[in-house]
Amino acid sequence: MKKTLSVILSLVMLFCVTGFSGCRGKNGSDSETEFNASALKEDYSQAGSAMSSKEINVYNWGEYISDGSEGTLDVVEEFEELTGIKVNYTTFDSNEDLYSKMKSGGISYDVIIPSDYMIERMIKEDMLQTIDLDKIPNYKYVSDDYKGLFFDPDNKYSVAYTGGMVGLIYNTTMVDETPTSWSIMWDKKYDGQILNFNNPRDAFGIAQYLLGYSVNSTDKIQWENAAEKLIEQKPLVQSYVMDEVFNKMEMGEAAIAPYYAGDYLAMYANNPDLAFVYPQEGTNIFVDAMCIPKSAKNKEAAELFINFMCDPEIALANANYLGYLCPITEVVNDDRYDYKGNEVLYPSEPVETEFFHNLDQDTLDLLSSLWEKVKLA
Amino acid sequence: MKTTSFAKKILNAPYIVWSVIFIIAPLIMVFYYAFTDRSGAFTWNNIIALKNYGETFGRSILYAVVATLICLVISYPLAYIIARSGASKRSTLMMLIMLPMWMNFLIRTYSWLTLLANKGVINTILGAIGLGPFHMINTPGAVILGMVYNFLPYMVLPIYSIMSKLDFSLTEAASDLGCNGFQVIRRVIFPLSVPGIISGITMVFVPSVSTFYISQKLGGGKYLLIGDSIEMQFQSAYNYNLGASLSLVLMLMIIACMFVMNKFADDEGAAII
Amino acid sequence: MKKTVSNIYIALIMIFLYAPMIVMVVLSFNSSSSTSVMSGFSLKWYGEMLKNSTTLTALRNTLILAVISAAISTVIGTAAAVGIDMMKRKWIKSTVLTVTNIPMMNPEIVTGVSMMLLFVFVGKFVGARDVLGFPTLLIAHITFNLPYVILSVLPKLRQTDPHLAEAAQDLGSTPFQAFFKVVLPNISSGIVTALIMAFTLSLDDFIISYFVSGAKFQTLPIVIFSMTKKRVTPDIYALSTVIFAAVLLLLIIMNVLQARAEKKELKAKKAE
Repeated sequence: MKKTLSVILSLVMLFCVTGFSGCRGKNGSDSETEFNASALKEDYSQAGSAMSSKEINVYNWGEYISDGSEGTLDVVEEFEELTGIKVNYTTFDSNEDLYSKMKSGGISYDVIIPSDYMIERMIKEDMLQTIDLDKIPNYKYVSDDYKGLFFDPDNKYSVAYTGGMVGLIYNTTMVDETPTSWSIMWDKKYDGQILNFNNPRDAFGIAQYLLGYSVNSTDKIQWENAAEKLIEQKPLVQSYVMDEVFNKMEMGEAAIAPYYAGDYLAMYANNPDLAFVYPQEGTNIFVDAMCIPKSAKNKEAAELFINFMCDPEIALANANYLGYLCPITEVVNDDRYDYKGNEVLYPSEPVETEFFHNLDQDTLDLLSSLWEKVKLA
Repeated sequence: MKTTSFAKKILNAPYIVWSVIFIIAPLIMVFYYAFTDRSGAFTWNNIIALKNYGETFGRSILYAVVATLICLVISYPLAYIIARSGASKRSTLMMLIMLPMWMNFLIRTYSWLTLLANKGVINTILGAIGLGPFHMINTPGAVILGMVYNFLPYMVLPIYSIMSKLDFSLTEAASDLGCNGFQVIRRVIFPLSVPGIISGITMVFVPSVSTFYISQKLGGGKYLLIGDSIEMQFQSAYNYNLGASLSLVLMLMIIACMFVMNKFADDEGAAII
Repeated sequence: MKKTVSNIYIALIMIFLYAPMIVMVVLSFNSSSSTSVMSGFSLKWYGEMLKNSTTLTALRNTLILAVISAAISTVIGTAAAVGIDMMKRKWIKSTVLTVTNIPMMNPEIVTGVSMMLLFVFVGKFVGARDVLGFPTLLIAHITFNLPYVILSVLPKLRQTDPHLAEAAQDLGSTPFQAFFKVVLPNISSGIVTALIMAFTLSLDDFIISYFVSGAKFQTLPIVIFSMTKKRVTPDIYALSTVIFAAVLLLLIIMNVLQARAEKKELKAKKAE
């Protein structure tokens, strides 16, 4: 072993790598939604310079902010330039990942964007601090539909960022019928062409809708039946995905995938063969909201960031980039909003929906072990 | 003499302190977490829960063994050919084999996804000549391929390093004495290269058995390996205790393998002498 | 005949090794955002890459971390190697060497997880809100670098005559003078190897960093990991292509220089 190592050592010597310096390109100023409310700009820079600490950690979902790619507005950079506050922006891909990172106590975040049921859980476990709404003047733009929701009835801990529903995305060149039910995800005809969620709550949700259960059931048997259903489906599943779904559906790698309506719109832009349906058994509706954890180090800057995100111009850039429901009323009525009156986002016929609620610890433990069982099967 | 021992202490002190805090202590933490619950009380539950992971361990070992064997079968002739080439060809070939290792391994793995996908590069090429499409991605084969691809150089290097030092006049002597080509390899070259093979096997097996990225990307999250389970406990399930007990078993398993391999290597070495 | 067979064999293996690289390089020039179908030539992903401040910051972070961790681990490791070499009692020596081997033999995921547990545990103990960050990354990188440093310096020390240092001391130099004037020049090649090796190991590490990094200081492999979890666009291929080209260029330069040096030596020998 040691001999080998010394050989490798000497070989490695040959392969010294030095860094290269990347030069920063000019910032494309061709962004369609230029942020230019000059009065606001001054407010932000004043607020920013008054801060003692010049850094915040923002933890958001992947692909969940307008990031400057392909001529869009880079929201984080805009905020940094206006306020002089450095944003350490990192991403997670499920509420459970977020929870786990928070609980470890190893990292402190200033702004996080969990979903409804996770906010409920975090409030219950005393992980969030109250947001001072006086510091968020733009809160007035948030539609009343997104206030006083079940997870935060007094609007103390959260400011809505987006909303949406889960639906079934399918490729019309690979699926002949028009699916109306989640049961198509169990259809042997599509063996190896089905994707499913790679997080327990959403994956179980689909089985639960199909079986006619509530996604917030506390009945052990129901959860076990749902797990059985998922295990039954597993041989047909091509892979369990989160944001990997974009590439797979756009490339035509898979025929059927459940995912968020907003993301479908983004996929559709790249692959017009894709279609979308809300299955008849019902589906999940969610609200993702910005919160400040107890462990935040820079609450003031966090509030400034949340306020910035609620600014109608910024919210418009995000809404156009994300394609999710936007809680800011001004945006929804704005003619520059690409998805104004979009049938997928704002369906004219009512859709049967259910929010995820926080589950009690026993059910959570059960869910976690059943999910492992499904994944290991 | 006094000065020497003083100097020795000064020199060693930082390292010994460092290794106690950052090598020994973390391992103690693994033990601690494996035998406690969330509140810190002693429990056997994490160890009992391991019974659910038999299949995962089995699958990890199986894939890693297959990948290691494939690496060995590919690398052995390759190392031999390179060792017998001329000096300049030799160094060029070794460079070419090492070069991919300087690419980020995540990207290398990801580009296999592009190659193997149902509508990927390979199927497109095969389709043009009227073959396929073949279903390659999200299969155990794809996971094993990812392991072979990423860890092949670890097998080539040690075998090559031994072969390059071999005295090939021995093989000539053997053939002069009437051995045919196969016999030369079996009787002369192979026994001499055993130490290289042994280290190659360890260097491929250990990362293969504990990987988590390869199985997630190329296996589509369907063929979970032990590394995936550990990663899941730490990064999303927030069950450090179970994660620690899985890590503990993985570690002990590898120590056991290492022990056996070393023993085997020693015996072989003695036999050669 | 034999030669053809072996050449074909080598060619096949090279295809296997380089197919993903070729795919990556070709698709980095794609004009559409697909990472599988080439629809036209364009340089736009290189532009996107340069606009992406996350990647550039991560690249800078990676280099900073690699330089610092390589330097520190080389100093500690060299001192340790000298100390270990001087050890007289066999069992202490073998214990220290066994411990040294642990981070090298342990699967990386176990090393990463175990260090994370330690950091988190200590963090909770002292009530720190965010222990994971640059310091923990640095500690982890130094830790996995150390065994490689020690094992590349130790053999050089064994080749050095131990009486040299003693002789120097007899001639009136202090132990430190003896070390810097006599021992160090003899092991310098081992130290340089160690330094380069530590640097590359640190540059390339993903698994251990993944478990011990925080939000503020992200290295390139970690950023790439989160990129491959999202919608992957060819800018990540553009980035890899640039890195690949840099490595290749460096190798070629080094090889040319080496060849020249060898030629010069030959000429010098002939002249004698």
